[in-house]
Amino acid sequence: MSGKSVMGGGYGEYSAYTALELGAMVQSRQVGVEELARAALDAAKASNGDINAFITFSDDVAMSQARAVQSRIDSGDIPSRLAGVPVAVKDNISARGVLTTCASLILDGYTPMYDATVVERLRGAGTVMIGKLNMDEFAMGSTTETSAYGPARNPWDTERCPGGSSGGAAAAVAAGVAPFALGSDTGGSIRQPAAFCGVTGHKPTYGAVSRWGLVAYGSSLDQIGPIARDARDCAAAMTALSGEDTRDGTSMPYVFDDSAVLRADADALKGLRFGIPREAFETGLDPSVKSLALDAVDLLSDLGASVEWFPFPMFRHAVPAYYIIASAEAASNLSRYDGIRYGRGAAEPGLTLDEAIVRARSEGFGREVKRRLMLGNFALSAGYYDAYYNKALQAKTLLRGEYDSAFQRFDIIITPTAPTTAMRLGESLDDPLAMYLGDVYTVPVNLAGLPAVSLPCGFAGDGMPAGMQFIGRAFDDVGVLRAAVAYQSVTGWHKEGYHAAV
Amino acid sequence: MPLYETVVGLEIHVELATASKVFCGCSTAFGGGQNTRACPVCMGLPGALPALNRQAVEYAVRAGLALNCSITKNAVFDRKHYFYPDLPKAFQISQLYLPLCVDGWVEVSGKRIRIREIHMEEDAGKLSHDPWTDVSLVDFNRCGAPLIEIVTQPDIRSAEEAVEAVRKIRAALSMLGVSDCKMQEGSLRVDVNLSVRPMGSDELGTRAEMKNINSLRSIGRAVTAETARQIEQIELGKPIIQQTRRWDDSKGASSAMRSKEDALDYRYFPEPDLAPLSLSDEWIAERRAALPELPEQKRKRYPVEFGLSAYDTDILVSEKALCELFERTAALCGRPKDAANWIMGEVLAALKDRGEPPDQLRLPPEALARIITLQSDGVVNRNGARRALTAVMSGEAEDVDGYVTANQLAMVGDESALAGIVRQVMESDADSVAAYRAGKEKAFGRLMGQAMKALRGKGDPGRLKELLTEALGEG
Repeated sequence: MSGKSVMGGGYGEYSAYTALELGAMVQSRQVGVEELARAALDAAKASNGDINAFITFSDDVAMSQARAVQSRIDSGDIPSRLAGVPVAVKDNISARGVLTTCASLILDGYTPMYDATVVERLRGAGTVMIGKLNMDEFAMGSTTETSAYGPARNPWDTERCPGGSSGGAAAAVAAGVAPFALGSDTGGSIRQPAAFCGVTGHKPTYGAVSRWGLVAYGSSLDQIGPIARDARDCAAAMTALSGEDTRDGTSMPYVFDDSAVLRADADALKGLRFGIPREAFETGLDPSVKSLALDAVDLLSDLGASVEWFPFPMFRHAVPAYYIIASAEAASNLSRYDGIRYGRGAAEPGLTLDEAIVRARSEGFGREVKRRLMLGNFALSAGYYDAYYNKALQAKTLLRGEYDSAFQRFDIIITPTAPTTAMRLGESLDDPLAMYLGDVYTVPVNLAGLPAVSLPCGFAGDGMPAGMQFIGRAFDDVGVLRAAVAYQSVTGWHKEGYHAAV
Repeated sequence: MPLYETVVGLEIHVELATASKVFCGCSTAFGGGQNTRACPVCMGLPGALPALNRQAVEYAVRAGLALNCSITKNAVFDRKHYFYPDLPKAFQISQLYLPLCVDGWVEVSGKRIRIREIHMEEDAGKLSHDPWTDVSLVDFNRCGAPLIEIVTQPDIRSAEEAVEAVRKIRAALSMLGVSDCKMQEGSLRVDVNLSVRPMGSDELGTRAEMKNINSLRSIGRAVTAETARQIEQIELGKPIIQQTRRWDDSKGASSAMRSKEDALDYRYFPEPDLAPLSLSDEWIAERRAALPELPEQKRKRYPVEFGLSAYDTDILVSEKALCELFERTAALCGRPKDAANWIMGEVLAALKDRGEPPDQLRLPPEALARIITLQSDGVVNRNGARRALTAVMSGEAEDVDGYVTANQLAMVGDESALAGIVRQVMESDADSVAAYRAGKEKAFGRLMGQAMKALRGKGDPGRLKELLTEALGEG
């Protein structure tokens, strides 16, 4: 490793605990909610020079929430297992009165007038929001280097990226600054940074968590989900987050119940049927990441799971289909940013309407966002729609069909989360195609709308953490997290960061 | 025989009368302080999502069924993109690929004008420009109001047919109650697509689209003027340019807004935030069964059942308020022809005097029925009945009988009282009596008038005439 590691709980006295452990400490009065919130804010600020995980610290919101939660708890009302636990939220999730920039200059200074449903639900569960997390601009990127607020850094090696686009979330959790965080995942943006930072991240089934208030990137693919130290914390967070929301027409009446997940041990793996797509292990995969994933497969088999390879030919079509669909939806979703009504504008006397819009967008969007907006608008243009967008939708339908038939034989599909470990800063920005191929394991899951959890499975040859993902049937979020908890009950990879003192 | 034929297709935007907007819970009421009926959805704020108003879908389906359309059970919403400050998301949620209703028709002067589709969409906001400060302001209150767009095939051949098609569609929608169809307030807006071609040709000419037409009358004027303009172009050997034109009703002429070269690529694609609809056959059948009797059906029934003329029928069925008043009044008083005559005459005249449209009519059918009954029973004469009607319509009176009593409108039918008046008049106007007896029949009317005046208009005219004739004969 060339950079320094900041792992090991160096930022605060509560860094060593998981979210559920902190929740239990709050309930048993070992620590007060305000004290915990203050400590988390201090740790977040202390860490930011090293890892730049935060864009905004929400001290006022945090301290008033903390006081309100403490008085609820004092009156005997415990809203959830996570009551009193600090949380940080990716900066594309709207929080009333708190700057929400999507790490873009075009939203510089934008403060939402309303809360995202997940922000309301986290508050309802008694958690305390300490700030907004760094990310790739509008969630477009795999390194958190496209942020207008500077790159976030990987706590294991600050010369490396934390992954992306929820890189700030993964970095803050890995560094012990935030016990858990909310990310969003359009093509792997929760799972890949979780893998790169050695933490656990869950991308829920599409429709399981409301998107109301999530600044849209690819609407048919976006899902909000938790990043945490382990799968148990992810399950507790999912209990707070899930449930139908009438404000999101794509949300479903699915209620996640963490009780079966939290009880799971290695026995939960017995008889579980795991499928391994052959194509996922053929080319383009770092050999040491590959052998870590295969070790995990062997362990699952040793613990009584059945493991079987199967062909998955649509696998290689997922990345191109994804980049057409996601870019097309992004081009549409981001066309509202004109700099006139909110955010950083270019409206000044003497400009025509078109000139003002062109200038605001030219100055406000970064290179990667512009690349995808152009790609997306091209794909939707008259004369090209059928050749690109419609073709991509057909690929998506075929891909879903292959998953459907695989899930008749298997309970869970297992793949590496990413083909490599975390890249060095600056390494991938000039080669977008290589960067897009890094999403090869994660994007098929979004196209199919399935739940998937990424969990640490060891350290690669470069000393960096590697991750694998468990993919489940639609709305079997409980199933994948239960398997993840079972795996983590007999492995220690997810705990490595806590013990390695700086 | 004319040398050219006009070919017209219509695009009719109708605002649905739902209480809330099509993708959020904001009110659709007209007016209200600027930007007071706007939420994150209306304003297209980052992270806001549309949630479909099922009532709007139901209204659109009812409109489709009433206009003989097939309903697309798995209709899909699409995004239509363009940059304009009254469109805060920079796309309008509309329907391109799978519109809700397709393949309908409306009958106009015995022929069918085909309706290609009816699709749902959302309205945009409203811009106002302040020339003093050179600033444009946006009001998002109208943003997200539910609209349907009814698109006809180019089956219309004249200004009269165009006006008639809009009248028929408007009557059907207003009968359904799915829209208030007010052209002046913009809840019904018509774009006219028009081309001309040599008579007998089967090919369509290059068309122009006219916007900003806001009354039935201006639809006809616009068709006539544009037909003349295009024929003139052709005769002068100039090409017709495919363009959008703005109709100026005060000038009676249109002017070019933009041509096809400026046409936008709307980059339509399916709206990912809204699941495709999934309407069951049962649900559609229930909506069809629940449709009210439509104007076309009433048009056939009234002449047969009530003996009304085609003209009266046409006026009554064009307005929901009028035919409801007619049907209930006729049922209550049992005199449908009187009911029709009263509505066509006194009621419409009173509305005109008051400058009110028919849908603001404040006349309970019970009151009109009672007035008709009182007159036909000879309790009041026509003058008294008219006074009672005016009083009810102005809100001055609620109870017809009470008003008649309080204002002593009941006719004087008492023999001795009438005979006394006849005597009085004959004594005071001996000249007329003499004239009549000398054969000048005109003088009879003069004497009748004086008698009626003396009775303050309340004399039973039939009996009075008999008594006067009798008394004059005795001399």
